[in-house]
Formats: sequence, C-alpha cells, structure tokens
Amino acid sequence: MIGETLELTVVGVDDIAPSLRHVRLAAADGGQLPPASAGANIQLRLQGEARTWRNAYSLISQPGRRDVYEIIVRRVPESRGGSAFVHEVLKPGDRLVASWPSNLFAPQRTARHHLMIAGGIGITPFLSYVADFAHNGASHALHVCCRESETATFAPWLQDCGDLNYYWDADGHRLDIPALLAQQPAGTHLYVCGPAALNDQVIQAAADAGWPASHVHCEHFGAALSGGTPFTAFLSRSGIEVEVGESESLLEAIERIGASAPCLCRGGACGVCVTGVLEGEPEHRDHYLGADEREGGQLIMPCVSRARSARLVLDL
Amino acid sequence: MSLVFKPEETFRGDYTYRNSDAAILRFPFPFPEDRYMYSVNIEPHVRSGPTDVFHRPFDIDEHYVAECRDRALTLEQDPGRCQALPHMMTAQWDTLELLMENMAADYPEQFSLTKEGDVFGSRWTWINRPLGIEQSFIFGDPDTLPCEPFEYITRQAQGDFAICDQREDNLYLDAGMVTSQADWSLAFNVGMNFMEWHGPVPLAHQAGVFERALKYLLMLRLGQPVRRLNWTMSINPRLDTSPESYPEWGPDRASVTVENAGGKVHLRVELQTLWRLPRSNAILFPIRCFLISVEELARVPKWGKRLHRVLSSLPPELVEYKGLTRYLPATLAWLAPLDDGAELATGIGPDITELAPL
Repeated sequence: MIGETLELTVVGVDDIAPSLRHVRLAAADGGQLPPASAGANIQLRLQGEARTWRNAYSLISQPGRRDVYEIIVRRVPESRGGSAFVHEVLKPGDRLVASWPSNLFAPQRTARHHLMIAGGIGITPFLSYVADFAHNGASHALHVCCRESETATFAPWLQDCGDLNYYWDADGHRLDIPALLAQQPAGTHLYVCGPAALNDQVIQAAADAGWPASHVHCEHFGAALSGGTPFTAFLSRSGIEVEVGESESLLEAIERIGASAPCLCRGGACGVCVTGVLEGEPEHRDHYLGADEREGGQLIMPCVSRARSARLVLDL
Repeated sequence: MSLVFKPEETFRGDYTYRNSDAAILRFPFPFPEDRYMYSVNIEPHVRSGPTDVFHRPFDIDEHYVAECRDRALTLEQDPGRCQALPHMMTAQWDTLELLMENMAADYPEQFSLTKEGDVFGSRWTWINRPLGIEQSFIFGDPDTLPCEPFEYITRQAQGDFAICDQREDNLYLDAGMVTSQADWSLAFNVGMNFMEWHGPVPLAHQAGVFERALKYLLMLRLGQPVRRLNWTMSINPRLDTSPESYPEWGPDRASVTVENAGGKVHLRVELQTLWRLPRSNAILFPIRCFLISVEELARVPKWGKRLHRVLSSLPPELVEYKGLTRYLPATLAWLAPLDDGAELATGIGPDITELAPL
C-alpha cells in the first residue's frame, strides 16, 4: 500500500437535497481502493475548462470499505467554483485524480464516550464516525444542527446511530450547547464540525465548562476561506512573480505557474505548507500558527492565507 | 526471488546463526560516512535502495523460519512481550492486513491471501507455506483466529512491531510485539508517549531531534511510509537482548577478547519503517533486526574499514548508551589491521558484487 495519487471514476451522482450532491467514486482500473479511517478526507483535482480546483472532501463511506469512496458536496453560493463544478459538470464515467485518504480529524480511541456536534454539511465526517463506532461498539451520540427540511437527508447513513438528535433555527428546536455539555460523563471526547460560528461557540462553551482542551476536537471547513483582494507574490528562491487572483488561493496561484509547494489539508489546519515570509504583511486565515507566529509575520500558510500588503515575498 | 531458509539456525544456546555470502552482500550497513552522529535520517520507504533489503516493504530472508521459532520460544517464556491495549483492536487488524497483503504480493511462492468480500465481516484465507499454516478467518472477528490479530501475524514476521496511537499531538506506544529488541522493555514502555520513551537517549534531545521527528511523524501520510536505519552491537547473534533476560546475555560482554571479537561481536542494525495505518489512523513501527558478525561484515572491505573509523570516533556518551564500553577496545583492535586508511566512497552499499572466498 504505497502511492500518492489515485485515478478514480465517477460511478454515481445523485442529488439528495436541492444543494447537496452525493458522489460515488471507484478506482479507475477496477481494483481496490486504499482503506480509510473514520473522519478521513480525500483531495479531488477538479479540472474545469479555465482552471483547476483542488478541494478536500470527507469520506462518508463505511471506514475500511475498498470498492467505493462516497462524498457529499454542498453547493455554496459564494463558492470559488469547485462545488459548482461538482454540481453542474461532474457525471458518471468522468475520471478524476485524487490524493490518498488522509485524516486530520480521527476519533480518539481512548474516549469513554464520543459526543459529536455537526453544523450543516459539517455532518459529513460524522457519517463515517457513526459507522465506525457502531462496528466497534463504542458509546456515542450525534447532535445535528441543520435546516428543518434536511433532517431526513442523511438518514441512510445514520441507521446505526442510536442517540441521534436534530436541531434547527426555531423556538424550542435550537441546540442548548452549555446544557448538553453539562450532562456528559467524564471521559467524553467532544467533536465539532460546522460553520466557524458554531465551532467557536462549542469550543468556548467547553472551555467555560472546564473541559480539558485535549478532549475537544474541531474540524473547520472551507467556506470562510474563500478569496479576497488580489495581490502579488514573489517567490524569492525561484525568482518568479505571480498574481494571486481574488478567487484563488496563494497556494493555487503558486501551483498554477507550475511551482511545487508541499501541502496536505488545503484548509489551514495541518501545517505542512508553512512558508517563510521575507517581505510584506500576511493576512492569516489558518488554524495552525500560534499567536506569536502570527504576530511575528515571518510565516504563512499559503493554502488559505493571503496578504494585507499589495506584495508578499516568500522564501520559496 | 527464490528463498532458501535455514530452519535449524539458533539465536541462543549454541548460536548457530550465520549469514550466507548473499545475505552479507545485502546487509543494511548503516554508516554512509566515516563518522556517526544522530540525525533524523528519514527517507521515503520506496521499492528501491542501496541493497536488496530495501526493495520490499516487508523483507523476508533466509533467517525467516528460524527467527519465527526464536520469537515463539521467547513468548513461551514471557507472554508479556506481546501486548495491545484494548483501544488498539482496529490497529491490530490494520497491521494484519498490511502484512498479509504485502507478504502475499511480494513472496507469492511462500504466502497467499484470498478474500471473499473486502470489509469487516468478510472471509479471508491465509496460507504460510514456510511455517506450514493455513488459516481461514473472518476479518474483524478476533474469535476466528487462534490469538488476537496483531499477535497472530507478527508471530509470522521477522522483526519487532510497535503500534502508536495518535492523540493530543503525540504518539503513544499502545501495542507491541517485541522479542528482538536492543535492550529496551515493552512492558516498561507500553503506554508511554514519544518524548517519554525517547527520554534516555543522550545528545539528541539538545539538538531538538525528537521534537522535529515527532512533528514530522504526526503528518505521516497513508501510502507514503518512511524508513531509517538505527544500530547498536550485541555479543553473539542473539535476538532477545531484553532487560528481562539480561542475566542470560549481559555477562557475555565480559567474554570478548581481541582474538574472538570478530566472531563474537555483532553489528545489530534495525531497519525501522513507519506506516500510517488506514482504518485506525495509528502508526505502525516495524523494527526489523539484522545481525552480522564483525568477521562477516569485514568480508566487505569498505564496511570493515568504515566500521573501524566510526567506532573509533564515537562520542563517549554514545559508547555508554549503546552498552559498548566493555568490549569496544577489543573490537577496535580486531578491526584495526584491516583499515589501511584509504579514502572510502560515501554511501552504504558494499561496492562489490562478490565476496572473496574464505
């Protein structure tokens, strides 16, 4: 089991809600896919006519399944184009290149109880968690904040979830986070994945309730990370200048001109793409660098971060 | 590759273990330069390398049958050499799958694996011809194997295995099959995190080697295993040099003389690989041990000379940490006449394809 990229074929697309598309992918050569763990994601290379997107999606298939990878893609109105491509262009028979699965949000195997809070499309990593916990007999509960109309959408993946609760924006149906956290047994691990506001509320509520940070886990997803004002990046080692457009990331601009840059999560979480800044002021959008490193202004994560200054000189 | 096993070899008692000429030439000699210093020295574990030992993810060699028997003897005396904490069951199955798939793919004459279905709950059949084993079992159901899956497969593999759970931005040594270790104890280390189990290593902490290595390993990717070589020395070709069995092997260190050093002193090289496991997200750490007597090693002129130079320039802290103090002078005296001071090419390959006859 050695390799970096996978050739995949789209074997199924179906719309499970007006803005949600379920995509099934198999190995293009008909062989077995690498197994993946609960919470893993793959990065898809989506080849549009004018540009290429590289988007990471959580695998919602049963962990370890090797015949097919499944993802659910929400079409976001403010999308940079990747999710629109999946919704409008992708069809059965299409070939895609993907990374091998990686996991920056794996369940904690020592937990006595797993408490999951999902917001919207942030439910996707938990669909594979639930299958894993059911198989292993692990105690778990899932709390889903979503549109009222979508409460049935994910049911096919949640048949094994014993303790399943839905919430939506209406009186009497909102999730009371502090109350939920207050009634958890010791040894519980808390996982949250949703929009930044929900993530922040849950993390804050856990801290306020005295939860140890080691028991609180969060996965961010990309919505808040889309573009901004264009700027110029100068790669000092290769002597190349590149214009970073308003709808592409610094990393994508670097890749567009053919320079290779190490990266993994493409979501500002893993730290693999950390790059030195020689001149200019970064606008940090990552979840990785510490406060001191941000203030120091000498490091940047090009997968999500941009520039406040018109020009950024990178040690790359 | 055709493999001829040496099932009668022993790693204790009369110590009949020897390396064939081919085994000497493929030995993973660990010193690319004339001086040794700690470094992370990690590289991708790809199907290539300076000798054939590096060419397969899990190497099987002429000592396979004898090493499996030695492991069984050690486990009989001390079952605690194999342990797995309860939360490591998925990682146990991961390990079984990784080893069975690779062994069957790389050594089809020796091993075969057939599967009906491909997720938990499917029926697998494993055939290990060198050890005369045929086993059908349900993947994911430990009750269908004679022992837990990690013990089952690592009893049929060369080298030690540790599995590290990843949590709290650290790695925890939460499972292990350890019967050929260089003087460390699984029973003592199990449950420790990366910094705790590296605590006793001198010199490298100050250099920040472990912080960098840990940060790197936390990002280890599925499908992209890495490897490094580590080394120490042992008296006699003994696999089990655990603290638990120290009374059996410790006194041998006093038996080395200039006359017998070539045959008694062995270079002990660990080909360590690191794998992200797919279902559990844990990290598998196989530690394959290769033993070679100084005499056998010196049949490759480059290696004999380089070993002399490396050993004579080791920092005293390392000499002590690796337990060489007592017999290093005799070993150097044995090697010194072979070292003419000629400049040696960098790299670890033997730079010859045949050994001079004995």
